[in-house]
Amino acid sequence: MKHLQRSSRRQLLRMGAAATGILAGPHTLLAWDTPGTLGIPLGPYGERSPFEKAVRWRRDSKTPETGSSFTPLQDSVGTLTPSALHYERHHAGIPTIDPAQHRLVVHGLVDHPLSLSMADIKRLPSVTRTLVLECGGNSAGEWAARTGPDVQRSYGLVSCSEWTGAPLSVVLRAAGVRPRASWVIAEGADACRMERSIPLAKAMDDILLAYGQNGEAIRPSQGYPLRLIIPGWEGNTNVKWLHSLKLTDQPYMARDETSKYSDLMPDGKARIFTYQMEAKSIITFPSGGQTLPGPGVYELTGLAWSGRGRIERVEITIDGGQRWAAAQLHEPRLPIAFTRFRLPWRFDGRPSIIASRAIDESGYVQPTREALIGVRGTNSIYHFNGIKFWSVRADGTVTNVEG
Amino acid sequence: MWRDEALAVLGLTLAVTVAVAAQSSGPGRPATPEEVRNLGAAIAPDGSGLPEGSGTVGAGRDVFMARCSRCHGDRAQGDVGPTLVGGLGTLATPRPLKTVGSFWPYATTVWDYINRAMPFDEPGLLKPPEVYAVTAYILNINGIIADDTVIDARSLPKVRMPNRDGFVADPRPDVGRK
Repeated sequence: MKHLQRSSRRQLLRMGAAATGILAGPHTLLAWDTPGTLGIPLGPYGERSPFEKAVRWRRDSKTPETGSSFTPLQDSVGTLTPSALHYERHHAGIPTIDPAQHRLVVHGLVDHPLSLSMADIKRLPSVTRTLVLECGGNSAGEWAARTGPDVQRSYGLVSCSEWTGAPLSVVLRAAGVRPRASWVIAEGADACRMERSIPLAKAMDDILLAYGQNGEAIRPSQGYPLRLIIPGWEGNTNVKWLHSLKLTDQPYMARDETSKYSDLMPDGKARIFTYQMEAKSIITFPSGGQTLPGPGVYELTGLAWSGRGRIERVEITIDGGQRWAAAQLHEPRLPIAFTRFRLPWRFDGRPSIIASRAIDESGYVQPTREALIGVRGTNSIYHFNGIKFWSVRADGTVTNVEG
Repeated sequence: MWRDEALAVLGLTLAVTVAVAAQSSGPGRPATPEEVRNLGAAIAPDGSGLPEGSGTVGAGRDVFMARCSRCHGDRAQGDVGPTLVGGLGTLATPRPLKTVGSFWPYATTVWDYINRAMPFDEPGLLKPPEVYAVTAYILNINGIIADDTVIDARSLPKVRMPNRDGFVADPRPDVGRK
């Protein structure tokens, strides 16, 4: 049996080598008949192949402790974002926190103010959920058609991880929330002690005190050792390096919920507490900056997600939005998580305008940019989720339609 | 035989009882007043949380020139840091300028944000009287308070910001309904 496998594999390899016209050299995998080169030893913590180059992107800045880094969505496969490539948005750098010293203090309108160590929190019942996290300002450039040249720079403030933690409701019940309390003020232990006001109803519903990400401790850049994970809500509310939860009878109107993360409308009024992220999708291949090597069959693929639940359907157009066809969806489709879609496409060398639109289980249909601007104007900065078109030119290069 | 089983069940019952007892004492331990105090002040729009102390516009100008102008410019016109002055009447125009004066709905937020997050490279550096003073200065250059106003825990929540009524609830889904 073993011999059979060996000889058939050898045959296959020879066929492969012959078919591609490659002679098996001493350093290729095809060199079955020549002595091999010993590989590198086992190691304590894995690294990706040196041939893999995908990295986060960020703008040059005089203050690199604040700003954003963007996930290379064009290089992503499947539906999870590697922790090392998860987008970042920091306001005062990444603090270095010893988990043995870290405590979460629950105070304000509670009967029993609590102080919890990380060990205390890990003793609580745990929950694991795969959830997308998206910055409220993701794809903000699209409002004014100031698009990034590729999917990373225009749409990269979104990532998807498996998060593990304790339900916040368990801790709040233990602290004994007083009847007068209606808000939770969450504060991080970063240098600027970033804070957000969160309605108590959501806190008692599905918010996690998360310490795990993708099978290990949350990365420092994602809030190590403890952060809020708020399913379906804009990234900024998912307070990192969480050290304080204060129960109050009013929102605190923090800078990051009034001056920032509020959505200015054409009439000069700003929408406040715009927590909900809505359905969105983006074609990641072919996408801006990529080049199809020539006519032929390609697999159109991309990612869809919704803060309101599961993706029900994704439709694709190759003629600028005149006709739409249903894409195939990777299973399982988890609520508020990346859903990958795919559709085979024959590129015949003629220019094509391609796009995807997502429909979620609430019936919400991802709108066009024009429909969004018709209601909200171009100055609201946050929560752009319009349909994104890419232009595939006759020579196979792909660009922004607006660009 | 039955005795062994009974003992095993008893053991299980005891274990469950102990677990329930441990749970009823709750996770963690009581927070100490010192722990809560060390978290520092989060300031509500009604002013609760504001500490003792006060500041004048003049004192605030001095603090601003020493600690803030490097990033915000010596007239708060913005540089590495954002513009802090002007923009009144621009919110409904194609080029809105959102500043403390034109956009921020509560003066308490100015105090809270300076106190927790400024100066950018040394947040927490300023003592409460300095924070009151810088807050007074920024409100003054936006034309919101007079030159001789003293800002403290009582006067700050009473300051009415020009855009106090400029915020509305989230009506979404406003676009994209089936």
